Amino acid sequence: MTQVTQQALPTGSWSADRIHSNVGFAVKYIAGTFLGTFSEFDARLSDDGLSGTAEVASVQVKDPNLATHLQSPDFFDAERFPQLSFAAKEVSRSGDGLTIAGELTLKGRTEPVEIVGHISDPAPDPYGGERFGLQLEATVDRTKFGLNWNNPLPSGDAALANEVTIIVDLQLVKQP
Amino acid sequence: MRVLGISGSLRRDSHNTKLLRAAGELVEQHGDQFELFDGLKAIPPYDEDDEIGYGPRPVIRLKRAIAKADAVLFATPEYNSSIPGVLKNAVDWASRPPAASPLRNKPVAVIGASTGMFGAVWAQAELRKVLAATGARVSEVELAIGHAHEHLDHAGHPLDPAQAEALRDSVAMLMAEPQKLNVAA
Repeated sequence: MTQVTQQALPTGSWSADRIHSNVGFAVKYIAGTFLGTFSEFDARLSDDGLSGTAEVASVQVKDPNLATHLQSPDFFDAERFPQLSFAAKEVSRSGDGLTIAGELTLKGRTEPVEIVGHISDPAPDPYGGERFGLQLEATVDRTKFGLNWNNPLPSGDAALANEVTIIVDLQLVKQP
Repeated sequence: MRVLGISGSLRRDSHNTKLLRAAGELVEQHGDQFELFDGLKAIPPYDEDDEIGYGPRPVIRLKRAIAKADAVLFATPEYNSSIPGVLKNAVDWASRPPAASPLRNKPVAVIGASTGMFGAVWAQAELRKVLAATGARVSEVELAIGHAHEHLDHAGHPLDPAQAEALRDSVAMLMAEPQKLNVAA
């Protein structure tokens, strides 16, 4: 059974517990998968819907040279476009499965995205509050957002895939 | 506004250095400042062991010149289908350490000249790629002057009106970039 937005997600105002949440991405690079995360982000659910932001300058990777390159105009262009953002337009739920249609804005461009994932229903936490969980993934074509960098392999194939999976694991805490 | 010119050729009568001087005249016609960097030959080979404090004195001079400039215009010849070693070495030094590099977000453009047919197009393409990897903001400027010994006058001005126009456009495009940054801020 599928529910509409109002019933698919809890009612009231909820904000991400940023310590126990993660926002990152995975992309095929040469022979494996490259993973990165953003250390500064925010997500909230309210009567206005589900939305989130991440500071692109907070991207965390293992090589400082790469971190610099990712913030450059070749990739995120953190100086001109410091934030990426997401806003849900429509949420449907079946069991604990979620499908969310929304818009992702990155590097000044807004594109529709479809997110799939799971929800764990609100439950009391050990800190006297209430929280629920969202595990979400969306696959986007980075070139639609102007993130076009690549490097050819000796075979002539591209080293870096265009398809990037955005991986979000949120614990949202009920606000008074 | 202050524009720094860096030529990839050390030769006294370099076509690329002359081309940069001609570009510098255009900058000054806008009422802005142009400085031609003359310290490339003094920069030692990059060695991480020499990255002590701010690094060797010629490297500090290069980094300060880039940091003071609002934009940097490179003119490169082509050696063996690629960037001259001295120029790549200088960019490598200036890119270190990555988080503090004066090249990060710096508007830059690459032009070039060669006595061959193609005007250093491959060296230019590689230099743009290298500069982008340092985090610089690389303008989509393209000016490749082949047969430079015939197509530039003694002061580096392109003799072909279309190439003279392209040089004016290149300088204008580069100088527009820092203003875009100010608007975005």
